[in-house]
Amino acid sequence: MVHQYKNNGYNIVLDVNSGQVHIVDDIVYDLIPLIEEKRDAKSDYLFEKTGGRYPLEEIEEASGEIRELKKNGGLFTEDTFEPYINKFTEFKKEGGIVKALCLHIAHDCNLRCRYCFASKGEYHGQKALMSYEVGKQALDFLIGHSGNRVNLEVDFFGGEPTMNFDVVKKLVAYGRSREEEANKKFRFTLTTNGILLNDEILEFANKEMGNLVLSIDGRRDVNDRMRPTASGSGSYDIIMPKFKKAADSRNQTNYYVRGTYTHYNTDFSEDVLHLHDCGFEQISVEPAVSDPKEDYALREEDVPVLLEQYDLLAKEIIKRRKEGRFINFFHFMIDLEGGPCVAKRLSGCGAGGEYMAVTPWGDLYPCHQFVGNEEFKLGNVYDGVVNKELSGKFTSCNVYTKAKCADCFAKFYCSGGCMANSYNSTGDINGNYELGCILQRKRVECAIMIKAALSE
Amino acid sequence: MKHVKTLNTRDYSKSTVKGGCGECQTSCQSACKTSCTVGNQSCENKDR
Repeated sequence: MVHQYKNNGYNIVLDVNSGQVHIVDDIVYDLIPLIEEKRDAKSDYLFEKTGGRYPLEEIEEASGEIRELKKNGGLFTEDTFEPYINKFTEFKKEGGIVKALCLHIAHDCNLRCRYCFASKGEYHGQKALMSYEVGKQALDFLIGHSGNRVNLEVDFFGGEPTMNFDVVKKLVAYGRSREEEANKKFRFTLTTNGILLNDEILEFANKEMGNLVLSIDGRRDVNDRMRPTASGSGSYDIIMPKFKKAADSRNQTNYYVRGTYTHYNTDFSEDVLHLHDCGFEQISVEPAVSDPKEDYALREEDVPVLLEQYDLLAKEIIKRRKEGRFINFFHFMIDLEGGPCVAKRLSGCGAGGEYMAVTPWGDLYPCHQFVGNEEFKLGNVYDGVVNKELSGKFTSCNVYTKAKCADCFAKFYCSGGCMANSYNSTGDINGNYELGCILQRKRVECAIMIKAALSE
Repeated sequence: MKHVKTLNTRDYSKSTVKGGCGECQTSCQSACKTSCTVGNQSCENKDR
């Protein structure tokens, strides 16, 4: 399977099933589909099919190179991974290994973000804070079910986790106290809206948090429209100076400013660049996921604009990087050389198996996005996973159980996409969230193009 | 090659030999939470 496209003056050929990326000239670009269709095509045939645009000698040379790529396993590679992935997911299902938890430290929030999937922090339930005892039990559950995994991840999430920060501090201390005897290494992440961020929290985060996620949407008016405080005023002026300080205090690494774009800012590249202009180098801005009936929901008519925005952003990122102004856009990150193995690439995001969310009272859900939907309750941190059938459904979900992924070139980069988005849009975790897929494909194309441009 | 420039990429097939150790980051623990980003994760298999 080959995916080829033109972007920013580059002819890019992705051999999907080997992962090889080729930057080619026009003649090779035109010949590849012809040779893919008719593998033994002779030069005369190719000459005729290309309308005489290229001299016969050049066709012979270029088709020779195409056949050499194929011989070396870099073109027209078949997908042979399905049995391997089925076996791997079966093994994962039986193993019941857990390696990452999203701890809902607070089901409460001091902002009233309009697009919040957590229903303004409360996840369609009551306000609640996680107690130290529940959190401690969650860490014990994680250690106890992590098998021989060394690296364990814990995200302090909400609502807004700084509203219950003493518990965060105590849990970090407890986790660290168990690392040596259990032979584990905790990687903690704090996701915060910044309202309560102060020097004490920042100092603690810089010492203990491997990653800090700072929520802000971009330009002041864009941010304040969707991220008002409880009193209805904007949050931008409160959080921006704190976030700048946080980013610099972490030497511009191991953090992200993370935003959401909606129908109201389909020109979101401006928000990414605004954040860069404000001094942030690590930026993540992604589409809002919402009920299509919401006024801010992204809709089909937005798609052409959004695709163009990714192109504009990609070009500007290349320009800035070449000028020596570093910028990392999370959704254009792609690790071609040191990226994940095939097992990771095709076996799904891990939700409901190796990754789970924990409510303030200790219930386990497949991920943060399913919290509040009782039918997805897996168990709790005391009894472990009780609904093994449901957990098995999630663990089995992979690229090959999603019918529409089979022919998609991006399957090795998104692992079948977000199961919560699939469920919310189709009623099935094995469905496909079409809008998300369209945007994901575009981001992969742009990410590869950026690699090509920066390799020159 | 005259017409083709190939970027360096990881060999998918070879990665099945010692792959799946599970030490790499879970995708949602990074900075998405509403999508799935896997291609950007770094391999942390010390035995690869």
